[in-house]
Amino acid sequence: MRTARVADRVGSFFAWGGGRSCSREKTKKVFDVAVIGAGIVGTLIARELSRYRLEVALLDRSNDVANGSTKANSGIIHAGYDAVPGSNKAKFNVLGNPLFDELCDHLDVRFNRIGSLVVAFSERERTAVEQLYERGKTNGVEGLRIIERKELQALEPNLDDTAVCALHAPQAGIIDPWEIAIAAAENAAENGVKLFLNFPVEDIDRRADSYRIIGRDDEIGAHCVINCAGVFADRIHGMVAPPSYEITPRKGQYFVLDKSAGDLVNHVIFQCPTEAGKGVLVTRSVHGNLLVGPDSQVIDDKENLSTTRERLDFVRRNAAKISKEIPFNEVIRSFSGLRATPSTKDFVIEESKEARGFIDVAGIESPGLTAAPAIAHYVRDLLIKIRGGLEEKKEFNPLRRRVIRFMELPDERKNELIRKDPRFGRIICRCEHITEGEIVDAIHRRVGASTVDGVKKRVRPGMGRCQGGFCEPQVLKILARELDKSVTEIVKNERDSYILTGSTKCSEIGRQIHGEL
Amino acid sequence: MENYDIVVIGGGPAGMAAAVAAREMGIENILLIERDRELGGILQQCIHNGFGLRHFEEDLTGPEFSERYIQRIEELDIPSKLDTMVLNVTENREVVLVNAREGLKAVKAGAIVLAMGCRERARGAINIPGSRPAGVFTAGTAQRLINIEGYMVGKKIMMLGTGDIGLIMARRLTLEGSKVIAVLARKPYPGGLMRNVVQCLYDYDIPLMLQHTVVKILGKDRVRGVLVARTDENSLPIPGTEELYECDTLILSVGLIPENELSLSAGIELDRRTGGPIVNESRETRVPGIFACGNVVHVHDLVDFVVEESEMAGKGAARFVQRSFVQRPVECDDASIALLPGRGLKYVVPQLVNAANVEDRLDLFLRVNRVYGPSYIEVKDGRESIKKVKRPRMNPGEMERVRISRSNIETIKGSNLIVEATEVEG
Amino acid sequence: MSKINREIICIVCPTGCRIHVSGDNPQALSITGNECKRGEEYALKEITDPRRTLITTVQLNHGRLRRLPVRTNVEIPKRSLFPCMEIINRTEVEAPVEVGQVIISDILGTGADIVATRSMTRA
Repeated sequence: MRTARVADRVGSFFAWGGGRSCSREKTKKVFDVAVIGAGIVGTLIARELSRYRLEVALLDRSNDVANGSTKANSGIIHAGYDAVPGSNKAKFNVLGNPLFDELCDHLDVRFNRIGSLVVAFSERERTAVEQLYERGKTNGVEGLRIIERKELQALEPNLDDTAVCALHAPQAGIIDPWEIAIAAAENAAENGVKLFLNFPVEDIDRRADSYRIIGRDDEIGAHCVINCAGVFADRIHGMVAPPSYEITPRKGQYFVLDKSAGDLVNHVIFQCPTEAGKGVLVTRSVHGNLLVGPDSQVIDDKENLSTTRERLDFVRRNAAKISKEIPFNEVIRSFSGLRATPSTKDFVIEESKEARGFIDVAGIESPGLTAAPAIAHYVRDLLIKIRGGLEEKKEFNPLRRRVIRFMELPDERKNELIRKDPRFGRIICRCEHITEGEIVDAIHRRVGASTVDGVKKRVRPGMGRCQGGFCEPQVLKILARELDKSVTEIVKNERDSYILTGSTKCSEIGRQIHGEL
Repeated sequence: MENYDIVVIGGGPAGMAAAVAAREMGIENILLIERDRELGGILQQCIHNGFGLRHFEEDLTGPEFSERYIQRIEELDIPSKLDTMVLNVTENREVVLVNAREGLKAVKAGAIVLAMGCRERARGAINIPGSRPAGVFTAGTAQRLINIEGYMVGKKIMMLGTGDIGLIMARRLTLEGSKVIAVLARKPYPGGLMRNVVQCLYDYDIPLMLQHTVVKILGKDRVRGVLVARTDENSLPIPGTEELYECDTLILSVGLIPENELSLSAGIELDRRTGGPIVNESRETRVPGIFACGNVVHVHDLVDFVVEESEMAGKGAARFVQRSFVQRPVECDDASIALLPGRGLKYVVPQLVNAANVEDRLDLFLRVNRVYGPSYIEVKDGRESIKKVKRPRMNPGEMERVRISRSNIETIKGSNLIVEATEVEG
Repeated sequence: MSKINREIICIVCPTGCRIHVSGDNPQALSITGNECKRGEEYALKEITDPRRTLITTVQLNHGRLRRLPVRTNVEIPKRSLFPCMEIINRTEVEAPVEVGQVIISDILGTGADIVATRSMTRA
């Protein structure tokens, strides 16, 4: 085991985290395509492009994929009645929604079509529900129904008494947005995509037939660039062309409640939308927790992810409209995420007129997650036009290697597994019953976990009611062992998020205490 | 399926004491299950002293106290499965466990003793707003990292929470070379024992800031500071009083929660006030043959009381297996007396008493819901007082014990006893 | 010695009596507020020669764990706490260890030994 690099200063400190490039040598390679931003959009596009004979680079500023908006949203696959007819949002939502069954099957990602209800809590709100119904039909959404009070109460007994009717959309579903992005990135990497983490794009140099993308520690070249940079998409665009849109960060804050609260509702429950957006919703998550939120708050700072007392209180008060039974004493955590809200009010998915070969995929706020697989197909089609064709790779494998979910296996399979690999017999996360074997697998896959949050996103230790209180010391040791690092080098998320400052017995004790009168 | 007379879930002081007591009652076939690599439970990381003052009449550290029981377990040849997690407990006393050596298996128990202890309340559960950087720890996790794993968690530390675990950790961190800026308490009094405030804070000139709390955490990747506000008479932060304290670590000791996931899976009824199972004088839960003791029933302050309670549970489980209870409370509900917390009380344990099973005395364990000056605790049978004890002072952070003799129990006429606290006038 | 007038919180048992110590003459001090004799003894000691138990860990080599918990077997002067920590921090112990084993004998001439508070097998 290597000796520890001990942190000696509070404040800025360089911790070995992602273990990726820190070399002085710049990457000489010129890729066919560089995708900037490894969120749900970037990872699905990269995966789509990995079907073809293309050298694809996937870049992200962060120490892991899915660390931006993809990590912090409602996780809802929308039916498609909400977006304005004729817009990109509507088009890609409705195209994207049906793609999730096969996509999640191929990527072995959990997905559950529980359906959604937009609930009118007064007769006045009924018009809003009816409007959404009509809009849904115009957009081509199937299976929509307006259900009345009695049926509504039977479906959702915990809904507030004031509910009069609701728009039922059976197509809507729930998913772990970071799980699918990580799975897509893993599959893309297995199919040849090169991932560059800790690669914040600082400038892009437009050359004759390619772009030189300049990061903090490295540079790459690419003939085509796909801008999936989320809240920073306008900044990236501005490096190659005059601004044609602006991205405003819009923060949303959420509560996550213990799994014991998960069956409060059976569908995704929406309130009637207002100008601010879809409003505070209540849903179960695909793991059985209850999610309450988000609010909507335009902010200036694209890196401000703080939660605030005032807005969390607002979420709580607003959610009470949906149900007075929400057990807020079962909250296990709160978080916030940023939406990339475009000044154009619609997705910007087009090749830049000023910068040939530079494709914007910007302003992908809700229903961005739902739209993402359809957007990936469309971007591929744009590339076919730009390049005059794409050759498919026979060896492309759309299937991600199955993830072992120990607790979901039948008992005989569990025992078989433990006999083969005893690490599956050691439970590390007691809240979610996650085994050491699953954690080790998550570390060693392509685009594997190298941080505590990376393990959390992939296999869940730290997501349960103890929030890592029991498992974090164990997860630290497993990461250190598997990555051949010292425990003090393991970070929480980004490279500077050190957890331990060194060993005990190493620091000097500068103070004396006096026992005098 | 393997069959045991008694299966004890949890190998900390509660589980070990229950197993020992059951063996001493003559039960042969006992299994002790522990998820960690060794027995001892939380005591192994509580390296400070103050344990066993009553039980052993010695001033022991957590590991020393634990070692006494580990040796006794070995002497009595009580088998244990380590590194083993119990996944499920059913109402008919089947226990599903898993470990690396044996895989997943189910065992059948004549009686079960639940001794799973408790977990810490985390930052998310108290909703401290702000960013979510590295450097926020609960005191117990920090304790494990420092004492067992041997790593330091930070250099400049703010601590929120003045329960004993927080106070102990303030001292520990200081001795290992960190600077503890202050320890904050939302309330106007500290949560832990005064002796710990002296030995851990005053001794090291660590400021104790009562009526203060953290209202925001700052820092992108690692904590770089916290906003601290004063609190009002309801312990809520007063807007406008926020001050910034630079630090790289925030340590929280903001409450312990009995860990009852397995109890729920067995259909055991919990008491909302304790967070643990409703139990009777023998520590049997409302599911026949399943007993509970230690922090899983209610959070204790002294391991000495944990051990006393666990001996009751171990004996109770033994009696259940030997069918030597005078009266089975769960089957004869009308014979049980309910113990209810009245004015001034947060909770009382046990919640039920079957008088026929009380030997020479019944111990009531209780917590008051606020600070009391000179006062008395009274146990009332309707209008009649069957026990009244004086206390010079009481607070929610110190569990009280009230003893009722068997002869007093025999005089009980009603089906309820109410326990109240009253402050003495003047 | 100058006039003494101090309030001390006794730490001998969980009650934590507030004990008042006053007087000019160390041989004839007034001690009030204690509920038992141990408190009186503690208060006097606290004024003249305050002592504490030191609890910490020491580096353990080849043991199942990296650190071994230790304590002073008797109380040591308060002012010796940090100097003793420095000695302990520079000490390394080899596994196996028995509970009660002396790790450092008569540390800094205090008369106290540093002893192991648990047994630990070799890894």
